Amino acid sequence: MNAQAYNFAYLDEQTKRMIRRAILKAVAVPGYQVPFASREMPMPYGWGTGGVQVTAAVLGPDDVLKVIDQGSDDTTNAVSIRKFFAKTAGVATTTRTEDATVIQTRHRIPEAQLTEDQILVFQVPIPEPLRFLEPRETETRRMHALADYGVMHVKLYEDIARHGHIATTYAYPVKVADRYVMDPSPTPKFDNPKMDNCPALQLFGAGREKRIYAIPPYTSVVSLDFEDHPFEPYRQDAPCALCGATDSYLDEVIMDDRGSRMFVCSDSDYCASRRDAAAPAEQAGAAHDA
Amino acid sequence: MTPDDEPLLIADGLTKWYGRQLGCRDVSFSLYAGEVLAVVGESGSGKTTLLQLLAGQFEASAGRVSYRMRDGVTRDLSTLSEAERRFLFRTDWGYVQQDATLGLRMGVSAGGNVGERLMAVGARHYGEIRHAAESWLDRVEIDIARIDETPRSYSGGMRQRLQIARNLVTQPRLVFMDEPTGGLDVSVQARLLDLLRSLVRDLGLAAIVVTHDLAVARLLSHRIMVMKDGEVIETGLTDQVLDDPREAYTQLLVSSILPA
Amino acid sequence: MLELSGVAKSFTMHLRGGLTLPVVRGVSFAARAGECVVLAGPSGAGKSSILKMIFGSYRCDAGAIRVQHGGGATDVATAEPREMIALRRTVVAYVTQFLRAIPRVPAIEVVAEPLLANAVAREAALARAAELLARLNVPERLWSLPPATFSGGEQQRVNIARGLVGDHPLLLLDEPTASLDDLNRAVVIDLIAERKRRGTAIVSVVHDADVRDAIADRIVDVTAFAAAA
Repeated sequence: MNAQAYNFAYLDEQTKRMIRRAILKAVAVPGYQVPFASREMPMPYGWGTGGVQVTAAVLGPDDVLKVIDQGSDDTTNAVSIRKFFAKTAGVATTTRTEDATVIQTRHRIPEAQLTEDQILVFQVPIPEPLRFLEPRETETRRMHALADYGVMHVKLYEDIARHGHIATTYAYPVKVADRYVMDPSPTPKFDNPKMDNCPALQLFGAGREKRIYAIPPYTSVVSLDFEDHPFEPYRQDAPCALCGATDSYLDEVIMDDRGSRMFVCSDSDYCASRRDAAAPAEQAGAAHDA
Repeated sequence: MTPDDEPLLIADGLTKWYGRQLGCRDVSFSLYAGEVLAVVGESGSGKTTLLQLLAGQFEASAGRVSYRMRDGVTRDLSTLSEAERRFLFRTDWGYVQQDATLGLRMGVSAGGNVGERLMAVGARHYGEIRHAAESWLDRVEIDIARIDETPRSYSGGMRQRLQIARNLVTQPRLVFMDEPTGGLDVSVQARLLDLLRSLVRDLGLAAIVVTHDLAVARLLSHRIMVMKDGEVIETGLTDQVLDDPREAYTQLLVSSILPA
Repeated sequence: MLELSGVAKSFTMHLRGGLTLPVVRGVSFAARAGECVVLAGPSGAGKSSILKMIFGSYRCDAGAIRVQHGGGATDVATAEPREMIALRRTVVAYVTQFLRAIPRVPAIEVVAEPLLANAVAREAALARAAELLARLNVPERLWSLPPATFSGGEQQRVNIARGLVGDHPLLLLDEPTASLDDLNRAVVIDLIAERKRRGTAIVSVVHDADVRDAIADRIVDVTAFAAAA
């Protein structure tokens, strides 16, 4: 790799400063969407440009980066973004959650408990939780400013009226620090409780919509619900077929045309670690990219 | 409900100019709890401008509107913060639009439409919200079996009744109505007017009703204000102004009604 | 209870180039509690206009119309609209010559309306309305129907029932028996007599000499107040 071809982590220093200022503002007002001047990145909108810009701004030469997509380290997008930072920042990368200092994720929170030394960067498509009911940006900004959130409960009411229960299964809206209502990105609602009082810093980047928001460590994050229809994290009723875990979020894999299926941990590192611990002689082997 | 000594709403010299075009000029009156005031006039009379001014939807060019809040203190509406104004609009006031599609969330079920105000002020029990929505739908004579349908499947009269339920669920003390029976078939109008009359009476509502239809004014209101070209021509007890009109324009309006 | 002094009224017809039609002037008379005053005179003399002025449906150009009630006295001629609204709710009831039929409202609710407007419980209001309608021989099968399709006599009886149901201390009756048969005329005369005994002041316009004689304590000749044309 030609070290002079790119500035550290691709973005120029002024841009990174601008993004850091936005991040600081976001951390100061938990859950509030801070507009930022999203740059043109070498991947199109919809492919994680927001998350990449946030990661680029917080990454330092001694950081260890993990990138996952739907919980997995080895899908195309996760591999591409990991290679991108390996090339432009020269940082060490890992698939092991415990070893990472910065974790960029699309649509999942790792199963392993995060620590105060870690930053979790979420890729966000639509940052505005009120957008589906109120298309006007001027109006949604005002609603956030006035904490005018009745319409969120209308959505939940509609779910219960239509399906008998709150049917939202991902991107389940939460209230942060008892003030702002936030979209946690399309993570399954199973992951919502992990955001509450989390020791790690959680940063959210939406590149196309040009918004950054944040949850500082140890902040209260409460999922919206009704008194008589309380929030319940949903998990498929099965153990992981590979490692036997009963506490992790599962992917459903269709095996054949006859409809046979198996459930596997969505978090590939978690599953691999459990398998390694159970059979230490075997080389389960998480790959390291250089 | 006993009539209070203090007025509920006071308009004082309300004036609105749209550039050089006059919306309304120098309108003053006091409205007391339980009174219904009809504002009548032909197109361009300024009656809708006045209604929107009173409801705080935009700023007056001159004059002010004061409202006695639930805590008994009378406030100049222009001094309210945005949050206070929104809260007022959502709890103590109602606004029934002429076009029900503007006053409803067309993509949300009837129950959600009626329950929204409750949820906006903190109601968090689905069962109770639904129950309140059912009882209001029943009150405005909508079949509660249709509570989960959206207003898209409702007729014009049903949408208007849904709009009324949506506005009354937080028991407002003052309701603004803009041509509430406009565009509805005559039989549907009669049903709606009947409903409005009984609700006003049973809930002790104060209301300001804009209409071009003198028969609606006579049926619904205690007091009437006749407007033309932005000015108030005549005002007083409804039956007095309609039976014994003093001004030339009022006499013209009254004599122009076609007998059925 | 009621006192008119120097009341005058004329109509100005702007659509006829400002033509003025005087109706009455210098109207002065009183009605005491328990007394029935009948306004007499030919058609067009202004009898109904005087009733309307007392009720506030017509303005008066001059004079005073003082009504005594629990809260003091109100001069209808100068009263604010809300004072009139309050007065009509509890003090003055007006039985017009013809029932103004509100669409869709059943007869029994038309009659109960003044009680419901005074926050009387619904069942009690409807029960009282039913009593009066029965007394006035309106068949029960008609009670749940809107009066628009009733005969003139039935409509007038619904109108009378509505006027009487609220027990207002001042009653204005405009031709209360004009469309009624002998039987119901007698019922109305009885009802008027009962109300007089209960202390109600009544001002009435009656053409029929027999009815007038049966109910009137005093007769006021309205032609004495004729305004010069």
